[in-house]
Amino acid sequence: MSKIYTKPDALRDVKTHYCAGCGHGIVHKLISQIIDELGIREETLLVAPVGCSVLAYNYIDVDGLEAAHGRAPAVSTGLKRVHKDKVVICYQGDGDLLAIGTAETIHAANRGEHITVIFINNAIYGMTGGQMAPTTLECQVTKTSPFGRKADDVGYPIRACELLDTLVAPVYIERTAVYDVKHINQTKAAIKKALTYQKEGKGYSFVEVLSMCPTNWGADPVKAAEWVKTAMEPYYPVKLFRDIPAGNIPDAAAPETTSAAQRKAERKADK
Amino acid sequence: MSKKILMKGNEAIGEAAILAGCRHYFAYPITPQNEIPAYMAERMPSINGTFLQAESEVAAINMVMGASAGGARVMTSSSSPGIALKQEGLSYLAGAELPAVVVNMMRGGPGLGNIAGSQGDYYQAVRGGGNGDYHTIVIAPGNVQELADHTVKAFELADKYRMVVMILGDGYLGQMSEPLVLPEEVKNLPSKESWALTGAKGRKGRAIASLKLAPDDLLYKHNLHLAQKYAQVCDNETMSEAYMCGDADVVIAAYGTSARICRKAVKMLRAEGIKVGLFRPITLWPFPKKELKDAVLNAKKVLTVEMSMGQMVDDIRLNSGKNPDDVDFYGTPGGLLPKVDAIIEKVKSYV
Repeated sequence: MSKIYTKPDALRDVKTHYCAGCGHGIVHKLISQIIDELGIREETLLVAPVGCSVLAYNYIDVDGLEAAHGRAPAVSTGLKRVHKDKVVICYQGDGDLLAIGTAETIHAANRGEHITVIFINNAIYGMTGGQMAPTTLECQVTKTSPFGRKADDVGYPIRACELLDTLVAPVYIERTAVYDVKHINQTKAAIKKALTYQKEGKGYSFVEVLSMCPTNWGADPVKAAEWVKTAMEPYYPVKLFRDIPAGNIPDAAAPETTSAAQRKAERKADK
Repeated sequence: MSKKILMKGNEAIGEAAILAGCRHYFAYPITPQNEIPAYMAERMPSINGTFLQAESEVAAINMVMGASAGGARVMTSSSSPGIALKQEGLSYLAGAELPAVVVNMMRGGPGLGNIAGSQGDYYQAVRGGGNGDYHTIVIAPGNVQELADHTVKAFELADKYRMVVMILGDGYLGQMSEPLVLPEEVKNLPSKESWALTGAKGRKGRAIASLKLAPDDLLYKHNLHLAQKYAQVCDNETMSEAYMCGDADVVIAAYGTSARICRKAVKMLRAEGIKVGLFRPITLWPFPKKELKDAVLNAKKVLTVEMSMGQMVDDIRLNSGKNPDDVDFYGTPGGLLPKVDAIIEKVKSYV
């Protein structure tokens, strides 16, 4: 009988600490498969965030560095500036990326750092036990929004892809999900594209993955997967925002046609 | 390389860092150290180095962490309020045992304070402003030549012990121009192949992390290991200067800019026949305890002079072997310089 499936080489043969139904394990496996397929295990540097995925370097067999909460894009910047020929993966959760590390997120993207940010959005703080995240949905109950998130008190959930899509520098931004096989395959394709672009020196890439946190949502794994589809996806549409190497260039990334061109025209008029 | 040139203190730090092999520098603008980023911005591109203006002090120190983990000699610089923001990074660097050089050209505080030179961050520097049991090596140069020489030394110590080394200067020192001989270029940088993140070529992946969750005694053991390393630093790396202390009835203790002013007071007092000396700690951590004790052995009184309300004076009282009442203090906070006349008057009141 021929072997049709095996654990990727880049994924260590160890037990993870992730809960049943958690999306991190799926994404770790996808990253490991992609590392194998691209043959980049020996040139990949993984920056782990603070949050449930803080131990990512224990599961993916590459050189790994742990950043302080929210600082992974800055740490990745320093690492990549030293190792320009390596592939730097900046792995982050929602609290890390959009609350305590918002500045680092935006500025690394705005500089067009040649890194790939993989953003796991599960609309809640996992490691600390289920507090409200910047991506927690309206009316969603968490430990720190026990009556449901109230937009008039704490604002609306932030959409990371849409926010970064206003910047000029990023070359690739896509939102995917891991609630079913079809979307898992799409996620794999997106991360593979992002890492390929980085390896080719194309620039900053960002993949947001809508993911499950059954434990802190108080749902079983099947219900949690359904919730991503029915509650999260309507607010966070799964879509490609930009793919500049492939010719998909949004207005925001074409400065010559917008503000820069206007400024040039104004300068000429002044003279 | 023995030609004397005139250079501003802040720029001397920049050039010395480059001579020490630093090719990565990340910082955020803040007065009175802006000449360092300006110098690096101009120099780095021509030597294939990285200058990057970070979006914040917090980002800058974390870029330092990334570059250091990658095996590079890396530096950031700032001034007091900016160094306060970097404390998170300093603690993480210490926990992960990553080398880096951090420059603090102190200004008056607390809060936004002012932009004049000050020595109000002594506690923050030597007691550690970040969380956890850790130390950074703190070097306090006294002139532009020392700013350059000790910057090179800082990189050497940082790599030797895998620690953060802080150059603790102040706005006056950074802004003044003095003749100096630039240090020799460091040609052979130490290998970091055994621990740095370079891609897991032909080996398993390795991790650099400060999280030590399991087993239960992992963090306990890590702290013991750090303490052992710090003890080694204390044994081997103190630097200080004792000036005319041998026969002194009164010893003035001061570092950095304050020590320059005190040296003048010592010379003037000596001209009047008053036996006074100057003890100048150059490493503030590790504190030169033994050297201090030796310097004040015969003194009846010790006067500590600082551009603060009295911080190093605690270490003088702890380590001089004198009755705490015999260790006096004179300080000028808020960015003002100690006055030679006031120092002379104080010393004369003891003899």
